[in-house]
Amino acid sequence: MSKKLVVNIIGWIFGLVWLVPFMGVFMTAIRPMDELLNGWWDFSSFHPSFNNFYQAWNHPTAPLSRGIPNSLIVATSATVLPLVIATMAGYYLARYRFPLKKLVYIVVVITLALPLQMVAIPLYEMLLKMNLLDSYIGLILLHTAWGTPWITFFMRNFFTTLPPQIEEAARIDGASDFKIFFKIAFPLSLPAIGSAAALQFTWVWSSFFLELITIYTPERFLATQRIPLMRGVYHVDWGVLSAAAIMVMMVPILVYLLLQKYYIRGMIGWSMK
Amino acid sequence: MRRSKLSHFLFFMLPALILIGTFVVYPSLRTILLSFFDEDGHLTLKNYVKVLSSRDTINKEGIARGEFPLGTLLHNAIWIALHLPLTIIMGLILAVILRKTWGGNLLKTFVFFGMVMPMIVGGVMINFMFDANVGVVNAFLRLFGLQVKTWTAHPETALFSLILGSVWLWTGFSMTLYSAGLETIPKDFYEAAAIDGAGPFVQFFKITVPLLKPITVVVATMTLLWDLKIFDIVYVATQGGPGGASNVLAIQMYNYAFIEFDYGKAAVVAVLLTVFTMIAAIPLIRSVGEEK
Repeated sequence: MSKKLVVNIIGWIFGLVWLVPFMGVFMTAIRPMDELLNGWWDFSSFHPSFNNFYQAWNHPTAPLSRGIPNSLIVATSATVLPLVIATMAGYYLARYRFPLKKLVYIVVVITLALPLQMVAIPLYEMLLKMNLLDSYIGLILLHTAWGTPWITFFMRNFFTTLPPQIEEAARIDGASDFKIFFKIAFPLSLPAIGSAAALQFTWVWSSFFLELITIYTPERFLATQRIPLMRGVYHVDWGVLSAAAIMVMMVPILVYLLLQKYYIRGMIGWSMK
Repeated sequence: MRRSKLSHFLFFMLPALILIGTFVVYPSLRTILLSFFDEDGHLTLKNYVKVLSSRDTINKEGIARGEFPLGTLLHNAIWIALHLPLTIIMGLILAVILRKTWGGNLLKTFVFFGMVMPMIVGGVMINFMFDANVGVVNAFLRLFGLQVKTWTAHPETALFSLILGSVWLWTGFSMTLYSAGLETIPKDFYEAAAIDGAGPFVQFFKITVPLLKPITVVVATMTLLWDLKIFDIVYVATQGGPGGASNVLAIQMYNYAFIEFDYGKAAVVAVLLTVFTMIAAIPLIRSVGEEK
């Protein structure tokens, strides 16, 4: 047996460990319940349909027809807002001298490591007082605040790689610092913004803990909050649950597939400076 | 570097600082305070004593009998002890092998899907894989005539199934970073080693592993943080059960705060968890401290 063949066989054995469960979820989602009694791998009768997707979308207690639009609203807002704020802050850290810079860096890194449990109780009380509990505004604010540190750091790293000569030339021509930022630095940073946006969007979309403690009204539940509800306690309808799982994971997977280049670059830049 | 005027600072920096101050720094400090006070507002260590002596945190009887639950502190420790080495090794193996496998990029995409999906869905995937009837794990075991069960529903296997499932979910992260790292190693290194008679295993351990060491530090740090913060998977797959057998610190904090409404105890768990994540983040903090 050639070496190449051995490598291929080992590679595919490993690969199947990941491929098979995804196939399983897909097969379970497109088949009626009575065909799953002997496992989704039993193809003695095979009648694929979108019925389970339809049922998950119009689920009586946790319809994704409400959850997915809700999540889209929150994830989009909580991506745009921190990107604007953090791009400005990152630019400032890269281009200006100011005394407490190191402290800002340290706060940023600590935030990356901080568990949400550390802020859960005070945030809950704070939102309660501000009348922002059970509202998307409160949730978007929290996601914006928690997205800002890492995006700031990410954008700072990008701007330090950007040669300042163009900006200096513009300044000699009399452009103000604000104008230089909006007309020159901001457009040049769009690729980096794309990377940060892809990551932030998927993170907010996938987020669950903040939603769990701040959103109570069932109609306002985000997509991720509906998955545990759909699971049920005693009886699990695997067909509907698989269909729901596919729909909820499809959004970040699509973002990844469409923006693969940006996504990977962002992930590497984010974790390796 | 330009000199900063106050107006520049206010415009560029202030919105970020206000947000981080209000929703990150201030509440963290509040939680620390909360952990040191009782309901009447007296300074006390009572909350710490309560949490650390609780059987939720360290279950002495369980440890003595070698039965789950062992307590959240130990569960998190077991999680790290298994998950950290397994994801690093799996990620490295996959990155190296799939690079040379026909269709490797397609397989890599599926491995990566595991970490792209929301971890709430990840928890459902774990349930699905380990289920007695529909699960592939059991279908596989049945081939060898082994007994089948819903692995996540039994105290002695719940935690281990979650940990194995989380390896499945998170390997995409280490694999992707290692794949990117492999691209940066010049081919000449391997060619030179091959001329000197080094086989693939020697090349792997003498060239690949040492050169990927910086990436290993990053992967290990991020994985450690991920393990400590683990919440969604457990919440959806087992709720920390059965009987606390797969409970972890993050879930314990949530239960104390939002089910039992005992803020003092919850704050203590949060502080403990944060101390661990800060220790895990030391390489990160150090790398930033070195910057000019």
